[in-house]
Amino acid sequence: MTTPDPKNLVPAEQEVQMERETGPWRDAWKNFRKNKIALVGSVIVFFFILLAIFGPWIAPEGINDQKLTERLKSPSSQYWFGTDDFGRDIFSRVILGARISLGVGFFSVIGSVIVGSALGIIAGYYGKWVDTIISRVFDIMLAFPSILLAIAVVSVLGPSLVNALIAIAIINIPNFGRLIRSKVLTVKQEEYITSARAIGMKDFRILISHILPNSLAPVIVAGTLAVASAIIEAAALGFLGLGAQAPAPEWGKMLADARNYLRNAPWTMIFPGVAIMLTVLGFNLMGDGLRDALDPKMKT
Amino acid sequence: MTKRKAVLEVKNLQTSFFTDDGVIPSVDYVDFEVREGEILGIVGESGSGKSVTSLSVMGLIPSPPGKITSGEILYNGTDISKYNDKKMRSIRGNEIAMIFQEPMTSLNPLFTIGSQMKEAVLLHKKGWSKKQAHARAVEMLKLVGLPRAEELMKDYPHQLSGGMRQRVMIAMALVCDPKVLIADEPTTALDVTIQAQILKLMKDLNTRLNTAIILITHDLGVVAETCERVVVMYAGKVVEEGPVEKIFTNPEHPYTKGLLASVPDMRFKKQSLYSIPGNVPKPGSIKEGCRFAARCSEVFGRCTVESPPLYQTAAEHKTRCFLYDTEEVANHDRAIVES
Repeated sequence: MTTPDPKNLVPAEQEVQMERETGPWRDAWKNFRKNKIALVGSVIVFFFILLAIFGPWIAPEGINDQKLTERLKSPSSQYWFGTDDFGRDIFSRVILGARISLGVGFFSVIGSVIVGSALGIIAGYYGKWVDTIISRVFDIMLAFPSILLAIAVVSVLGPSLVNALIAIAIINIPNFGRLIRSKVLTVKQEEYITSARAIGMKDFRILISHILPNSLAPVIVAGTLAVASAIIEAAALGFLGLGAQAPAPEWGKMLADARNYLRNAPWTMIFPGVAIMLTVLGFNLMGDGLRDALDPKMKT
Repeated sequence: MTKRKAVLEVKNLQTSFFTDDGVIPSVDYVDFEVREGEILGIVGESGSGKSVTSLSVMGLIPSPPGKITSGEILYNGTDISKYNDKKMRSIRGNEIAMIFQEPMTSLNPLFTIGSQMKEAVLLHKKGWSKKQAHARAVEMLKLVGLPRAEELMKDYPHQLSGGMRQRVMIAMALVCDPKVLIADEPTTALDVTIQAQILKLMKDLNTRLNTAIILITHDLGVVAETCERVVVMYAGKVVEEGPVEKIFTNPEHPYTKGLLASVPDMRFKKQSLYSIPGNVPKPGSIKEGCRFAARCSEVFGRCTVESPPLYQTAAEHKTRCFLYDTEEVANHDRAIVES
């Protein structure tokens, strides 16, 4: 037997070190990074997030700088995306609209995730009549077409951006609730939950520190995808005049205002429409990538 | 040897499951005791009620549908079976701990070994600092023979082998010095060499820490190696109880005899292995008579009508079989003489 060459030992040692630096989340990130399309999606999303944050500093004009002499100008070097019927710069309005759309998307989803997860966890963990009540309420909510339900909620609360946000949050609650409930049902059968109980852990503690983290992966995926649909729903409500009110540069509202000029000034419609499409596309691609990365069945 | 004090006594325990098909008693009037610092083996086939018994002791029977319908579980003389959840939590882990069959799934995959160990320490040691908890966790990992304990604290469960995870589980169970450790098939999911190591570790910890261990298993080899006393269970009832040497050299109940006969003996090449004919009856399906009667080779008239009690056949030996009824034996002798 020859003595091992010390040079050969180094890579093995490194490998051990590298293997140490793994965790479920780190593995997911590794998988995600391999997925090029998902990365493209994330870049788009990241781009719009930057727009949303730094919009006021990027946009050349304000949201309501009307120049009536410059109405319905086609795209040019001065007005990149052209101007609308009040002579407002569409480029600036699209940029500033990112904050509204993404804001509605994020906050409505955060709201529905929090409420939906809480209800779903309670239903899934405690079961019995609690589960029956919560699940049936979800079923009833899901029986309505979501946009109809949103319109109903907004008509009760009155049309405004905040109310549109609340309405979108409410209609998404049952989706998350059912998702996390089904996940909790499987997680609570796991042996580590029984062993946590066997060392004397409280129900609440088990819920928070063991069941919740293990049920979160599908919620993250569904949440990303839900941001996309929330943005569309906000635009739809805006289009119907039930969401953001003039002069807010909400993309859906801009589409609605551009309806009359579709033939003469198509740019008034194209650019807000493209903005909606790109954001939604970005979130969908990213969500798909996250699903593949977090899905245990996809692990190689 | 003087008889040691009992730490845990299970008296007349009946645990039933309320299903759509009616009430099914999974554990039916089971009696046994665990003495200070001993290793008690509970043996039986699948479905004999071993696991339900241990979960009943821990108060972890999923309810509904399960419920302890009668009996007492005395820990140091106080009945814990009627404790509410809050009181029970102070017993779990602190006084009685439990480890499970599947080490692969007994640890939360999302957290490091260290954070789970520390959590277990801090659960019962209120007022301990994180540092103290860390030190205790490392100490326990070392105690169960895990190398490089400090580094292991930062590892995730999936980075450990099955044997290592079972050691972590044992360490976690023993973190608060419980008086009784219930091990539900702790070695079933491990390969044979690791099995031997884990059993050796448990035996070693038993002598060092004086923790009583209830070892639940279907493997008679495991019992022979580790236990001092054995309880044999069949279809929710204790059929035989006694010291391990007695059970192995002089089994009394036909079921125990059958079990021992089915252990393959490497010394002799046999054409076929012995197996007890039939299956364990479905719980609740046998209403009268001895539950083993249908599979028993020594069955006689009385067995199908009456349910036998536990007969004390020697100082520490009990058997649930009419063959050990002194009257029955006398009758039998008389019959032989008369014929």
